Amino acid sequence: MSALFEFCLRMGDNTLVLGHRVSEWCGHAPVLEEDIALANTALDLIGQTQLWLGLAAEVQGEGKSADDLAFLRDAWDFRNALLCELPNGDFGQTLMRQYLFDEWHCMMLNALRSSTEKRVSDIADKAIKEASYHLERSRDTVIGLGDGTTESHARMQAALDYLYPYVGELFVADGHDEAATKAGIAPDLASLRDGYDAALSATMAAAMLTIPDDKFAHKGGRTGRMHTEHLGHMLTQMQWLQRAYPGASW
Amino acid sequence: MQWLDDVPDPEIPVISLVDLGIIRHVEWVGETLQVTVTPTYSGCPATSVINFEIEKALREHGVKNIILKRQISPPWTTDWLSQKGRAKLEEYGIAPPQPAGGPAQCPRCQSHDLEKLSQFGSTPCKAQWRCKSCLEPFDYFKCI
Repeated sequence: MSALFEFCLRMGDNTLVLGHRVSEWCGHAPVLEEDIALANTALDLIGQTQLWLGLAAEVQGEGKSADDLAFLRDAWDFRNALLCELPNGDFGQTLMRQYLFDEWHCMMLNALRSSTEKRVSDIADKAIKEASYHLERSRDTVIGLGDGTTESHARMQAALDYLYPYVGELFVADGHDEAATKAGIAPDLASLRDGYDAALSATMAAAMLTIPDDKFAHKGGRTGRMHTEHLGHMLTQMQWLQRAYPGASW
Repeated sequence: MQWLDDVPDPEIPVISLVDLGIIRHVEWVGETLQVTVTPTYSGCPATSVINFEIEKALREHGVKNIILKRQISPPWTTDWLSQKGRAKLEEYGIAPPQPAGGPAQCPRCQSHDLEKLSQFGSTPCKAQWRCKSCLEPFDYFKCI
C-alpha cells in the first residue's frame, strides 16, 4: 500500500479513535460547560477524521468512502497510536490524555503545513486551527488540576504516570513513516521529540507534576502489530450498527 | 450571490451564509452553476444542512444544474464574516469575534467587565462568556 495511504490512515485513525473516546463523555461530564467542551472537541476530531480517511479512501482508489474505512475495518486494521484508544478513566485522565495528544498533534500538523502533498497540507492548515484551540484548553486544565487540590493533584500525577509510557510511540518511525518522510509527505517523527519534551516540561512544571524518568514506550498501535485490549471493545460500540445491520444507511 | 444572501445559517439564523463567509465562489460553467463552499469547522454538523439549503434556494430561483464544490484551502477564518454579519450577531446577542481573542463588550449592556465561562459553546463556532455588570451569560463567536 502507498506511503500516502498509510500515512492518512494513521492520522485519521488517531482522530477517529480519540474522537470516539472523548464523545463517550457526552452527557456524563462533571459540569455542563465541560460536557459541551468535550463534545465539541470530539466533533472537531471526527470532522478531521472525515478529511483524513476521505483522502485515504481516495488514494486507495477502491471506491470506498471514509465511512467504509471507519466502520468496516476490525481492530487489527486500525493504525492509531495506543494513547488514543486508552480508556477515559476519570475526567483528569481524559484531559491528561488529550493534552499529551494535543501537544503532539499541533506539532505534527504544523510540520504538515509544508508537506509536498497539497491535499495533506490543506487538511493540516484547517485542522491546526482546531487543534491549537484544543491544546489551549487541555493545557490550562492540566495545569489547573495539577496545581489544584491534594486530590486533583494526586489524580493528575497518577494519570501522567499511567499515560506517559504511551507517548513514545508517537515518535517512533517504521518503514511506512520513513517512506512518507522521504516522499516529503510528512516530517521525520523523531525530529518532533525535542520540541515536544520542552513543551511537556514547561506544562508539567506549571502543573506541579513530575514526568516519569523511564522513557519506556508501549508500541504497536500505529503499525497495527498489537493494539491494547481496549480498542476491540471500543469498536463493538462504535461499529455496532454496521455490525448488526451491514450496509445500513439513511 | 444575492440569492444566497437570503439563506440563513441553520444554527445562527440571524446571519446569512454569505455573511458567514463560507460561499467563496459562484460561477456559471456552461449551463451549470458552480458554488464553492468552505466549511467552518471540520466536524460542524450544519455542513450537510447548509449544502441542502443552498441547493434548495438556487432551485427555487429556477437554477437546474448545480454543482457544490467543497474547498478546504485556504481554511475558513472569522475574518471572512461580513460587517453586516458582525453587526447582526451583536444585535442578536452574540459577541462578534475579535483578534484579541475575547469579546470587545457585552452585547446586551456594552460593559467591558467580562469573564470567560468556557472556551466552547452551543455550536463549534462559539464560546461562553458572562458579563459581570449585567450578570447575563452570552455567546462569543470564536476568532479563528
